[in-house]
Amino acid sequence: MREISLHILDVAENGITAGASCIQIVVEEARAENVLKIVIRDNGRGISSEKIDRITDPFVTTRTTRRVGLGLSLLEAAARRCDGEAKIESEPGAGTEVTAVFRYNHIDRAPIGDMAGSITTLIAGNPDVDFIYDHSVDDRHFGMDTREIRKELEDSFLADPAVIYHLAQTIRKHLNRLDQGQMNSEMGEEGNGKIDDRRS
Amino acid sequence: MAKLTIEDLKRIKEKTAKKISVRDGTATAKITVHMGTCGIAAGAREVMGVLMEELTNSGRDDIRVVNSGCIGMCSSEPNVTVEIEGGEPIVYQLINSNKMRQIFKRHVLQGEIQTDFALAKI
Ligand SMILES: Nc1ncnc2c1ncn2[C@@H]1O[C@H](COP(=O)(O)OP(=O)(O)O)[C@@H](O)[C@H]1O
Ligand SMILES: [Mg+2]
Repeated sequence: MREISLHILDVAENGITAGASCIQIVVEEARAENVLKIVIRDNGRGISSEKIDRITDPFVTTRTTRRVGLGLSLLEAAARRCDGEAKIESEPGAGTEVTAVFRYNHIDRAPIGDMAGSITTLIAGNPDVDFIYDHSVDDRHFGMDTREIRKELEDSFLADPAVIYHLAQTIRKHLNRLDQGQMNSEMGEEGNGKIDDRRS
Repeated sequence: MAKLTIEDLKRIKEKTAKKISVRDGTATAKITVHMGTCGIAAGAREVMGVLMEELTNSGRDDIRVVNSGCIGMCSSEPNVTVEIEGGEPIVYQLINSNKMRQIFKRHVLQGEIQTDFALAKI
């Protein structure tokens, strides 16, 4: 994969295939510590313990359309190549959490890429699924939650392609600020941190 | 801690308000972008972006765009399936932004199947 954000899109699609109604995506750029960590958590049907040990083996897949599963083995290979690792934890019936860690400045680490494109693709293509997205760069943070958007606005709002287009632009703008270390008063209001329920 | 704010949402709403008619009518066309690993690696996300843009420009509210998993034809990804009401689903292969725009304008809006890019009827 050319971008970390494409790995994230791919892993999130696994959760959707597993019947998740909510997917949480966390990107932590701990630049000061030289670590990039991504977490994708879903509330889908989960993976049995017999299977989870072999899951990054490309020959493990429940798909019937092709005999090899690629996504998780690609992610693990990418993380390992960058002095990192991937971890898959799951509770059957409750959900799955995929974590990958990379050395931030490793020469082989793919760029994070177009996270706004990945998030809005997920939202547009899966209207019945909610997405929570948290992205931090050192101590700066950006977050969004489609459950809150749906509460604020009518349900059809996120189904409008024009909204998706502008939403992508807005997220890009926020992420640029995050990247460049600017805090913006208008967009930098204090959040309440209530979606910060990460397990690890 | 920055957040996507209500102000952000209001601004998006203002920008899009004129274009939204009520999107609860029945769909007459469905476009499926296949989002398996191979599709994603080959550019399916960019194809989704193009579709959002074309759909916005068309002003049509009876066209649905959805994602689905891999259909097992990795070497011809990205694959996109177009289904017009009353017609058979057409699977298009090796789609990029330009082909997607052409398929949207000619097939989805005008009903002309773009046989050059079509893989099969399923
Ligand atoms: N989030 C998840 N929830 C449930 N099962 C999963 C999840 N992620 C992966 N799996 C299982 O692991 C298999 C391998 O996943 P992956 O490497 O992404 O390949 P693929 O999606 O192409 O099958 C899947 O077929 C599925 O059975
Ligand atoms: Mg997969």
